[in-house]
Amino acid sequence: MTADAAVKLTGLTQPRKLESGSRRRFSPVALFEALATPHGVDRYLELVNPMLTVREMRAEVTDVRRSTADTVTLTMRPTRQWRGFRAGQFVQVSIDIDGVRRTRCYSPACSQHRRDGRIELTVKAHRGGLVSQYLNTHATPGLVVGLSQADGVFSLPDQRPDRVLLISGGSGITPVLSMLRTLCDEGYRGDVAFLHYADTEADVCYRDDLQKIGEQHPNVNVVVAYTTQTSGGDLHGYFRHEHLDAVAPWYSDAEAFLCGPPALMASVREVFDTRGAGQSLHTEEFTPPPIAADDGAVTGTLTFGRSDVAVANAGTTLLEQAEQAGLRPEHGCRMGICFSCTQVKTSGCTRNIRTGETNSDPDTEVQLCISVPVGDVALDI
Amino acid sequence: MTRTKRVALTDAQIDELGRELDAIRQRVVDDLGAEDRDYIYKIIKWQRGLEVAGRGSLYLGFLPPFWLAGMTALSLSKILDNMEIGHNVMHGQYDWMRDPALNSKVFEWDTACPGDQWRHSHNYLHHTYTNILDKDRDVGYGILRMDESQKWNPYYLGNPVWAFLLMTFFQYGVALHDLETEHVITGKRKLSENKELWQGIWRKTGRQTLKDYVLFPALTGPLFLSTLTANATANLVRNVWAYSIIFCGHFPSGVATFTQEETQNETRGQWYVRQMMGSANISGGKLFHILSGNLSYQIEHHLFPDLPARRYPQIAGEVRALCEKYGLPYNSGRLSRQLGSTWAKIFRLAVPFGLVGVKGTPPAVTVVPDNVSVAA
Repeated sequence: MTADAAVKLTGLTQPRKLESGSRRRFSPVALFEALATPHGVDRYLELVNPMLTVREMRAEVTDVRRSTADTVTLTMRPTRQWRGFRAGQFVQVSIDIDGVRRTRCYSPACSQHRRDGRIELTVKAHRGGLVSQYLNTHATPGLVVGLSQADGVFSLPDQRPDRVLLISGGSGITPVLSMLRTLCDEGYRGDVAFLHYADTEADVCYRDDLQKIGEQHPNVNVVVAYTTQTSGGDLHGYFRHEHLDAVAPWYSDAEAFLCGPPALMASVREVFDTRGAGQSLHTEEFTPPPIAADDGAVTGTLTFGRSDVAVANAGTTLLEQAEQAGLRPEHGCRMGICFSCTQVKTSGCTRNIRTGETNSDPDTEVQLCISVPVGDVALDI
Repeated sequence: MTRTKRVALTDAQIDELGRELDAIRQRVVDDLGAEDRDYIYKIIKWQRGLEVAGRGSLYLGFLPPFWLAGMTALSLSKILDNMEIGHNVMHGQYDWMRDPALNSKVFEWDTACPGDQWRHSHNYLHHTYTNILDKDRDVGYGILRMDESQKWNPYYLGNPVWAFLLMTFFQYGVALHDLETEHVITGKRKLSENKELWQGIWRKTGRQTLKDYVLFPALTGPLFLSTLTANATANLVRNVWAYSIIFCGHFPSGVATFTQEETQNETRGQWYVRQMMGSANISGGKLFHILSGNLSYQIEHHLFPDLPARRYPQIAGEVRALCEKYGLPYNSGRLSRQLGSTWAKIFRLAVPFGLVGVKGTPPAVTVVPDNVSVAA
């Protein structure tokens, strides 16, 4: 997801410029905005009902289902701004935990042709994961979360391929399941192979749904592989050449869509590349950014995205390094109290020199004057 | 009138004080969470509710009780928006929540001054250079004589008049503050530097004026004038209140000012000391503190401008204790006392007979060598 997409979605660094009102004066919405200036209509509507919004998009959880020990499936109803999605795309969900808004990406698992306007997300509780654990424990019907429009290039092409191979592992099942359900809704006649990897039978969250799809659609071959469990299932162990031959011997005529943990992604990529079929493999990454080890060593590259400048990390503050590189970012007190120098860190880990705290979240605001890079960092300046 | 207490501390003492204050700040930062979020949203709910109730009441504004209730509710709404919400949110006190609605860079407040200009002149300039003469433009706001060291000239005979006008039209005074008009007049700043600022002021003030003085009055039909006067009065009430609280922050007698020479190469500890000696608190009840945006805890605010203001009452006791430990003054008094002494200063400085001339003013803080014993 690009920095621009992040800015658009979160609206963080775009000051809401007050445009000239005379052109729009005579529309009812413009009138309400003029009456509600400077806060905007949504700020008043949300006092009545958080799902009542003009500009902002939210979603209300309407159903919570737990089909495995560490996953929760949420059905949500978005507000009226929702424009739908293409199977395979993701949305950003925001939720306030301990006062802080956390945003995470999830792919709807439902068909893009779903009629009731709702979307279905499945969240796996990662060990040490803040939002995933919170949703698994606390999600109940009525919970209102922030939602973004769907985004991402990982999706079924408009011209459906003749044959489709869908490979997933763990929580990566959601985007490819969406693709599968979408194809079924469209009455797709081509060969579909759905290959899913899980540790054990109990870890396959859509077990029953997948079985039903396999039964109802003769062109769909659902193959479940267990990496730990040795009994049951269709295949065992981790992905390798034999699995591909067993599941989709016609892979060279198909488009393949892959989403899962890094090890699975690497194996599949390697097999496809070896067989010269790398072009037909489309992937989506679902891993959290690696936490850089903060051992005091000065390493990495500091990239200034909008200026197309990259420098080797010198260990000094982001503000100093930007200025050394010839940039002129806005600054103020240079001591961390005035927030004039706040900018968006697109990716990487930074350390706050006032508190010693590190932050690895992507697309987050940081104060340039009191943050130093820990490893590679990209800034949206 | 209280003279500014002169204080002598060693480098080591100042460093130690700095560390103790840093520890207080870190403790609060570590504790920030859902309670702070719930608090600010509760205040916001009150503010929006009062606003809607106030504007609604004015539909019956031909009845005096409704006019009064409407004007009062609107005044309170504007005060909350200006002080506890606007000032504090724009300070970045809630940026840690990553809530786009309360992000300091995009938040706009219900007053004529554009948020980005205020953030520049207040967050950056005023808070970094607090009470440093010729650097902190809040000392006098470019139109008043608020310190003996400001050279007197006959213009200042009108000091009380300019102050009264500033108080009455405070929202516009604040809106024009970043233009640095007094520097344009003396030639220190080029008029062309203000082009974009003027555009911003025009846009923001325009929308505010349209809202309060055209659209809402027009919506009440025949009650146009009644609603307009209620809205104008509410703005006036907010102006007077904000002016009073803000002026009590740095002008009551006993508060110190500093020269640029004294404050060169300031350490963190010295910065803290200047913030404490350059600020004054106002004592009062809980509601008073909320309506003043907790600027009644000006000392705590200047020590930690980026901590949510609801935390200032929680740490005030510790800060006061530290002042006592290091022999620093903790200037605090009732509103009548602080405001009275501020207005007395405005009148006193209108005339050229200063009690202490510039040359004779010793610095408020002297740093003594480490080997000299100092009574703490």
